[in-house]
This record gives sequence, structure tokens and C-alpha cells, in this order.
Amino acid sequence: MEESKMNNAAKDGGEKQSKKAVITVVGHDSIGIIAGVAAACAEFGVNICEITQSVLSDYFVMIMIVDIDGLVGDFSAFVDAMAAHGRERSLEIRVMHENIFDSMHEI
Amino acid sequence: MLNIKAIKETVNMIREENLDIRTVTMGISLFDCQCDDTDRLCGKIYDKITKSAGRLTSVTRELEKRYGIPIINSRVSVTPISYMAGGIKSVDDCVKIAKTLDRAADELGINFIGGYTALVQKGATDSAKLLIESIPEALSQTGKVCSSVNVASTKAGINMDAVRAMGNVIKETAYLTRGSGSIGCAKLVVFANVPEDNPFMAGAFHGAGEPERVINVGVSGPGVVAAAIRRAGDCDLSAVAETIKKTAFKITRVGQLIATEAAQLLDVPFGIVDLSLAPTPAVGDSVARILEEIGLERCGAYGTTAALAMLNDAVKKGGVMASSSVGGLSGAFIPVSEDAGMIEAAACGALKLEKLEAMTAVCSVGLDMIAIPGDTEADVISGIIADEMAIGVVNSKTTAVRVIPAYGCSVGDEVSFGGLLGTAPVMAVNNYSPAKFISRGGCIPAPIQSLKN
Repeated sequence: MEESKMNNAAKDGGEKQSKKAVITVVGHDSIGIIAGVAAACAEFGVNICEITQSVLSDYFVMIMIVDIDGLVGDFSAFVDAMAAHGRERSLEIRVMHENIFDSMHEI
Repeated sequence: MLNIKAIKETVNMIREENLDIRTVTMGISLFDCQCDDTDRLCGKIYDKITKSAGRLTSVTRELEKRYGIPIINSRVSVTPISYMAGGIKSVDDCVKIAKTLDRAADELGINFIGGYTALVQKGATDSAKLLIESIPEALSQTGKVCSSVNVASTKAGINMDAVRAMGNVIKETAYLTRGSGSIGCAKLVVFANVPEDNPFMAGAFHGAGEPERVINVGVSGPGVVAAAIRRAGDCDLSAVAETIKKTAFKITRVGQLIATEAAQLLDVPFGIVDLSLAPTPAVGDSVARILEEIGLERCGAYGTTAALAMLNDAVKKGGVMASSSVGGLSGAFIPVSEDAGMIEAAACGALKLEKLEAMTAVCSVGLDMIAIPGDTEADVISGIIADEMAIGVVNSKTTAVRVIPAYGCSVGDEVSFGGLLGTAPVMAVNNYSPAKFISRGGCIPAPIQSLKN
């Protein structure tokens, strides 16, 4: 109920209907980071649209743009689950709704 | 359309440069609580506040999660309590209402509630007089209540009787809260030209011309501005001003987004975005550091007032296009104890009270969160207030005084208030007496520039 109201607010508040989110992952590089994040997304019915990733002196940085149209459950549960997934692997994982980027960078 | 550069910039602002939403403040009218019986009045006030803002903290937490941006405070401001005249027949009645506000704030899980306020720029009603008299007691018996008194305006001039009274009120508040660094004074502001829609504490209240309920949002972001100037490199001041404008635009857009959505989710009208640069004691979240980034060795050096004037103006110019409605204080804040760079500058002697006074002529607030010696006379504090009010009245702008005569402390000591209120080095004041001037009382008439009609 709260979530559906939240989605409506996002639609009306933003300039266009918006169903994407951005996931950023930062931490020490290790094997299987992308696999783990992708699996966690799949569990929530979140589709990956784009990945930009690099490793700079053992530091792993990834930005994923994901489609949350088919999100199972509410957005904040997804945010919490991804953050928890990150903590278990000593990674910092943030999920942000795309409206914040549109607001800030588009006139 | 999402692009990686924009994403990186936004994430970096939040992660590295302390970008946050400083406060989502719900303004609540208490006019419908009017009642002759103080206990019934308190009951009505408690019910109105807790019912109106019951979902405030859960909604801000939800938005914080959705957008990955910290929302530091959820707060409530109410109709100035001195307007609840029917239920105020004694100082004790006022204190009872203050305690009610405190209980409501506890129930809501918010950190401050503003509106223990009187507007007396032209004269004080009986209830306003009682409220002012009650402030020391009220602030010493509550933890979350913030108080403000408007003693001057460009239209009305300066009410010097109120200025004199406030010197004593501040001293008394410092004494009654001496056990915790005279912290009561950190929750008490004396204003000229107070805005009625300010979301920032301690000066927030819900003005008489405001709707039943309203959502006002205060943004922050000194760290983001300082970093942008650093990145801009060795450019001239026009380019620095442009950089500040662009950054302020982006910061304010986030405030506008949060404000619009919070208002919609709470089913309360959106009021204003206050586009202030509000520092915190955290490293990298300082307005003083922006001035130093512009090119001053220390905040307080000659050039500080000019740099601050440019900063304040550029913030407004950038922010005003980013929001559908700008209000509150909107500009750069210079609270000494809440700003790591200001604390350092004051402690090393680069920043003096006189320089701070000059700075208040070109920025959005006034002498803010400044610790002064505990033995400073009430008349001297009234003199400080009178000077600051004159700057506001003559320049048709808001000015304020929030000084803490820290009980038992002298110049060189440090007073710690904890949390966002920070740590203040006790600064020297000029102790030559203005006693005769202050004791004259009466009113300094409105300046000629008030006659605009």
C-alpha cells in the first residue's frame, strides 16, 4: 500500500514515469562480485540493463542500471537486501531510484 | 536519460562530500487548539501535533532509502505559542505548554520542535510577555523545544524593551542549563525580520499566514560546493561564482524532489525549499572551508566578508531556478560551533566577534552559535543583539543572535553541546558598557526605507 503510493508519488513528482534504479558497488576486488549482485537482483525480479565496471589498484567499482518494473516486493526491501548482501562481502552497495539523477542533472 | 558521468557525480556528492537533506520540517497550525483552560489546551496541542506528523519520520526514512540520500532531521514547527493567549495566564502555563511540545516531539521521534515563539517587534501582548519570561524555565525543563523571539523588523523598527529583556533571558537560560554547557541558549534565537516558513532550528515556527499544515525542506551541501571550487582550479572569481551557482542548482533540485514527494506522501501541501548552506561539525562539511577554498588563508582574514557575499548571492541565484518555491533563510549559515573551519578560525584568533558581525550583513543569518564568557553582563548581550538587529532592519534582511554565555567559562575555554550543535571556543567580547543606552528602553523607529508604499 505504502509502496504503491510511493510509486505514484515518484511518477507524479518526476517529469516522467520512471522504473529504473541505479546500483553502485564499491569495495576490494574478489572473484564473483558481479555474479553475487546479479543473483541478488534476479531474486527480486530486477533486470540488469547496463553495467559499467572497473578495477583500480585492487579497488572494485561498478555502476549498474537496472529495470525495476518487475520488482518483487517493495523497493525499500530491495535496498535493504542489497546493502546486506554488500555487508556480508565487505562491499558498499547502494541502490538509488533514478529520479534523483534526473532531478539533479536535467533541466 | 541516465548517464554514467551524472551518476558518478551524484554518488560522489553523497559519499564523499556530505551532501544531505538537512531537514524535512512539517509546519502545523495550532490556531484550532485555542482554549481558555490550559490543561485542555495542552491536550489539544499534543493531539494535533502527534496526529498531523504521526507518519513524518517513517516517510522521511522511506525517501532516504529510495534515493540513497541521508535525510538528517525530521522536525516540526508550530504556530507561535504566544498566540495561544487564552490558555496563557501565567509563566507556569507557558512552561506547561513547552513540556507538552517536548512530549509530542518524543512521541514522534523527532529531534527538535520549534515554535516556542513570540513576535514582539512593535510591542508585546500580555501572553507574549509571559512567554518571554518563561523561556529560561521552559528551555531548562525540556530537551527538544526551540524558542525564538522576533524583536525587530524593517517595518516596525527595533523594540528595545524586548532587546533589554532578551539579554536577561539569555543570561538566565545559561544559568539554569549550566549543568550542560548552558545548552538552553543554543535553542534560543533573537531575530530581526524573522521568516515565517523557515524549516531550520532553532528559529523555525509556523507563521500566521501559513496553511493548516505544510512541508518545508532545508537542503545542505557546503562540502559539495567546496569540492566543486577545488575542482574548478585556478580560475577568476566570476568563474568561481558560476561554479557555485551550478552546484547550488543541483543541491536544490534534490531538495525540491524530496520536498515534493514528502508532501505528496503525507498528503500535506509543499511549502518551500530553503536553499541554505548549512554546515555541520563533520570534516568536509564547512562553510569556512569554502571561503578558504576561494582563497583565504583562514576564515576571518580580510576578504572574508566579500567572499561570503559572493557565495551567498551565488547560492541564491543557482538555487532559485531549481525550486518552484524558495523561502526560509536561504543563503549561507555561519554558526561557529557547528562548523569545523569556523571553530579552528575562532580558536586560533583569525575570526573575531567583530568580523562575524560584519559577515552577518551579507549572509542569511546572524551571530550564530557563538560561546561568550559566562560573566558577560546582560546589558552587553543586549548591546550585541541591538547591533545585530540594526543590521537586519536597515538592510531589510533577516538577522539573528544565538549566543551562549557559557556559565563558568572564560575566553579560551571550549564548550561542547554534542551532535550537530558541535563545540564552541569561548570568544572574547568587548565589555565596555552599553548599560545606559539599553536601559533607556522604548523603540528605535523604523528606518526610512520601510516606507515603500
